[in-house]
Amino acid sequence: MTEVALLLDVSKCTGCRACQVACKQWNDLPAETTANRGTYENPPDLSFSTRTRIRFLEYERAEGLAWYFFNQRCLHCTDAACVNSCEPQALKHNEMGFVSYEPGLCIGCGYCAETCPFGIPRLSETGIIFPDTRKMNKCDFCADRTTNGLQPACAKACPTGAITFGERAEMIAKGKARVEELIANGYTDANFYGENEMGGLHQMYVLPEKPSVFGLPENPQARPLVKAPELPVSVGTAVVGAAVGGLLALRARGMKKKTHE
Amino acid sequence: MTNHWVDVKNADVILIMGSNAAENHPISFKWVTAAIEKGAKLISVDPRFTRTSSKAHLYAPIRPGTDIAFLGGMVKYILDNELYDKYYVLKYTNAAHLIKPDYAFHDGVFSGYNEEKRTYDKSSWGYQVDEETGIPKRDETLQDPQCVLNLLKKHYERYDLETVSQITGTPVEKLQAVYELYGSTGKPDKVATMMYAMGWTQHTVGTQMIRTATLVQSLLGNMGKAGGGINALRGEANVQGSTDQALLFHILPGYLGYPVATDKTLADYIARITPTTKDPLSANWKQNQPKYVVSLLKAWYGENATAENEFGFHWLSKNGGNYSWMSLFEQMYAGNVKGMMVFGQNPAVSSANSNMIRKAINKLDWLVVSNLWSVETANCWQAEGFDPADVQTEVFLLPAAASFEKQGSVTNSSRLVQWRYKAQEPLGEAKPDSWIINQLMLRLREMYKAEGGPNAEGILALNWNYGEDEPDVELVTRMLNGYYVKDVLDDKGNVVGKAGEQVKNFTALKDDGSTACTNWIYSGVWPQEGNMAARVDNVDDHPAGIGQYGKWGWAWPLNRRIIYNRASVDENGKPFDPKRWVIQWDPKANDGKGGWIGDVPDGGYPPLSTPEKGKLPFIMQPEGYARLFGMGLADGPFPEHYEPYESPVDNVLHPDIPINPVTKVFADEINPRGDRSKYPIIATTYRVTEHWQSGAMTRHIPWLLELQPEMFVEMSEELAAELGVRGGDKVIVESARGEVEGVAIVTKRFKPMQVAGQTVHVVGMPWHWGFMGMRMLEPGGPGTGDSANAVTVFMGDANTMIPESKALLCQVRKA
Repeated sequence: MTEVALLLDVSKCTGCRACQVACKQWNDLPAETTANRGTYENPPDLSFSTRTRIRFLEYERAEGLAWYFFNQRCLHCTDAACVNSCEPQALKHNEMGFVSYEPGLCIGCGYCAETCPFGIPRLSETGIIFPDTRKMNKCDFCADRTTNGLQPACAKACPTGAITFGERAEMIAKGKARVEELIANGYTDANFYGENEMGGLHQMYVLPEKPSVFGLPENPQARPLVKAPELPVSVGTAVVGAAVGGLLALRARGMKKKTHE
Repeated sequence: MTNHWVDVKNADVILIMGSNAAENHPISFKWVTAAIEKGAKLISVDPRFTRTSSKAHLYAPIRPGTDIAFLGGMVKYILDNELYDKYYVLKYTNAAHLIKPDYAFHDGVFSGYNEEKRTYDKSSWGYQVDEETGIPKRDETLQDPQCVLNLLKKHYERYDLETVSQITGTPVEKLQAVYELYGSTGKPDKVATMMYAMGWTQHTVGTQMIRTATLVQSLLGNMGKAGGGINALRGEANVQGSTDQALLFHILPGYLGYPVATDKTLADYIARITPTTKDPLSANWKQNQPKYVVSLLKAWYGENATAENEFGFHWLSKNGGNYSWMSLFEQMYAGNVKGMMVFGQNPAVSSANSNMIRKAINKLDWLVVSNLWSVETANCWQAEGFDPADVQTEVFLLPAAASFEKQGSVTNSSRLVQWRYKAQEPLGEAKPDSWIINQLMLRLREMYKAEGGPNAEGILALNWNYGEDEPDVELVTRMLNGYYVKDVLDDKGNVVGKAGEQVKNFTALKDDGSTACTNWIYSGVWPQEGNMAARVDNVDDHPAGIGQYGKWGWAWPLNRRIIYNRASVDENGKPFDPKRWVIQWDPKANDGKGGWIGDVPDGGYPPLSTPEKGKLPFIMQPEGYARLFGMGLADGPFPEHYEPYESPVDNVLHPDIPINPVTKVFADEINPRGDRSKYPIIATTYRVTEHWQSGAMTRHIPWLLELQPEMFVEMSEELAAELGVRGGDKVIVESARGEVEGVAIVTKRFKPMQVAGQTVHVVGMPWHWGFMGMRMLEPGGPGTGDSANAVTVFMGDANTMIPESKALLCQVRKA
């Protein structure tokens, strides 16, 4: 199976947010009740019901003002900290390269969120009657579409070609060529992000400025599990929780080892 | 659009001004992006740094309402630096035409001004005509001081960079950069396009803003070419179609002028609206209008239209006044209108000066609202500030079918007619608007039959046979195309058209009652071969790959995708731009007789240089030339800068004539004017991607409300600091007409401007919110707010009467 990827070209995005709506529509995700906080940006953060969102960034360049629209979402790492930390294997690599998600297997431990270098996974509220019904949510690359010959809903909806889908090698070539164009047009800090980061991302960016401008780490690393996990607390799950916690500690060690390789 | 959406990809330079296309026409950026990928430069001119500006190579801020000064400065720059396309200007525009010696412009007014009536006697705005030939005089050496090019130079000599900057607030270096880049396309093989929308139309000088754009495009030779033209981005899916079908008071379908009381006979009417020429080089296409008028009457009145009764001309109403939007509501406010039917509109939110509009609506005896939702217009009786017990209006709400619950055509900005099929049956009791209108007409006809009434004869004579239930929209479309009423023979007696068959297009229409057609510009949409609008052949069928897609749908007129395309070739039919050619003359075509290849040419005549047969390119003008000097508008042959009705500064060019001297000023009661001492801040209005129009179709969709949940007011960091406002605070914007509350968005994208030596602030607001809640069942709740139209002015363009919603004065305070 060919390795695929999405190319997110910040320089082509007009911030129309058709991707945000298409994502919710295709994946049956509910709207959040939001308020205007003095910005177009909404919802204020990714959440259990928001897998992708555009961040609106007013940025002063030497040549004048820029208004960037940055697509925040799961980047589908090759060395995916979330996959490595997901004991029930709700998170796995699909043979096309992206990180698929099986909610039925998720135990809501939150290790994925803790270890993700990009701070992407979001957990649902803890249930009141069944606390362990807590689940994680993140972009699943529209696996139901992409494994059936369709492009992800966001790419389908994008009017300008800011989100394109295809073979990863092709997306890398296209993205790098675009970066060259941007540099030639005076965006001297333009760069291509994701070719090698975390072993290679499956959502890669064409960035008109340095990654840090968009809140992306220059050299992303899996974040270690440094504290005892906040597991769902209830009499019923405490024992299971302890057992899983133990397994995860082992897993985290394994992961660390892998990172050093 | 003179061109079309896909064609934007062909441009070298794109100027988006009076439009925020990335926001309001997001799909257009598919083609803008495609052009940029090929090396095109994008210029964005806007009071605010917008989503469109974010993609521009060059952004220039502009004070709302000063676009004529901005573009007038460009005209001067192009003339001073001789950047214009000299061949094109001389051969294809009226630059060389001589204007009457008594034409003049002094201190802000043109010759013929009547101050009392606020109108012009336009008799001095015309060509000098050769007495012998009857043809307008031209001086092709361009030396005569009365020739248009010299008058144009004289008119715009006042528009130097410094003066323009004083008016527009645009820094001189930005003006210069825009002029230089745009002016670089005056070469035959360079081309630039302009995209505009309500940012140009919603002003007291809106039509003249667009006229200034035509001056620039004509001087640079950008009309008729691929990647050129002047492109009006229409604000709704089918607003082009509704304009074509004459949902306006002053025209009949296909832009035929409306009959007036002085048209005593059909012949009078036809003579008044049909221009003539004595120039053998001019096609004067409008000389065919008698055929279109008679065919229209024949379609409307069927067998009852005969030569003897002037085809039913006397049954048509005669226009006796101004029935434009604002005048209608002025009359309604005065209590002179008893009832109103509103289809697919929500004026209580969408109309300028919405507080006054709501008061006017609440004076009606009855109101019918056909809509998908129970919109604000149907609920004015329970709007804030009204006691329902005082409102005596009987409101009828008719549930309307949505676009995907009915079939029919939609015409987009590209003049492209596309067929839509019904995807599902309407929900509940909802019916298409056409069903409602058909039932209304059928019942009215029965009433007129039984009881009589004004013009009962005309109503009973109507050829209205679209069925008893939902009207047959295919029949409606076939009638738009036109058909033979009886067999039509040629000179030799051969049958060229059989009774009952469809005509091939408007060239087959007759003025003797043998053909019928409800809209000549749509003739060709459904010929004998079938429904052209339903074609979905997604192939670029132009040899130069300019994105023609000629077998996708059908564009009026005659499936021509780029109008004025005869101006894309020289007098021998050779394209100015060989790479992006639109049409060209192929002497080998038609078995050696020669013919045009490429797009459908603007008239099939051979090239201009062809002896006796060649024609000038601008076939819709009686003289055949593009008009740099235009005598058709109410407010002047050259666009002149006038301030908005409410402005923070004097008119730098002529302080005594600050505003458009011919635009209608409404009474103070319905349009109080704000003074700059009390209202020092400029406000402008716009839309956002996430909502549509009055919000009726988007405010109740949770996913869209999530993105843009509340009414907001955008302002600069500098103004916010002055007002003590932080982003996220509630603020109130107040004008002389009302106030509206919104959340402050404090942004770097608005900047204070230096205008005529003073600092001027601008705030901006959308008009998508209203008082009905998310489910449109009761007031209040999520999605509720008010519209920017609570503060907008009730003054319109001198030609179109479109309200000046883009520039007004206000004050802003913390809520």
